Amino acid sequence: MIRSELIQKIADENPHLYQRDVERIVNTIFEEITNAMARGDRVELRGFGAFSVKKRDARIGRNPRTGESVAVEEKHVPFFKTGKLLRDRLNGK
Amino acid sequence: MGDKTLTRMDLSEAVFREVGLSRNESAELVEAVLQHMSDALVDGEQVKISSFGTFSVREKAARVGRNPKTGEEVPIQPRRVLTFRPSHLMKDRVAAGNKR
Repeated sequence: MIRSELIQKIADENPHLYQRDVERIVNTIFEEITNAMARGDRVELRGFGAFSVKKRDARIGRNPRTGESVAVEEKHVPFFKTGKLLRDRLNGK
Repeated sequence: MGDKTLTRMDLSEAVFREVGLSRNESAELVEAVLQHMSDALVDGEQVKISSFGTFSVREKAARVGRNPKTGEEVPIQPRRVLTFRPSHLMKDRVAAGNKR
């Protein structure tokens, strides 16, 4: 399923809404999650999962082609942990 | 770095502000989005949201695990797990936003 298919499903269920509003609604949800993580906040969606930010320490990396050492700066990466309900549903529980 | 936790309520509030539906309907739409994504994943589908990320279901084979406390061997059944791969855009925005 891709973004446009998700939008279409929501639009089909809500014939009273304009398609462009459904697009704005779906886009707002994902935008809000990304914005939260960009601020370092967590987004916890019970039953579905939680989005958080993890810190990766600075390290000495290596260019795999040349074997040369390169300093990699500390950075923050997005992380998702599946919620219990969804994890159980994936396994037919 | 922020230390707030957002919930469904914050997402529906954002939808409410953006589109001007009732708070109630905004909350229902947030729920519907999560529900459709979950249903697709449970059906084994990949959910690919451009410029956000991709959720995929992976099959894990059975293996023998060990209770780390007692050292006892326990069989782990084959199972399906969900992985999320953030888009480059999300990675860049999260890296830039949390840089000090």
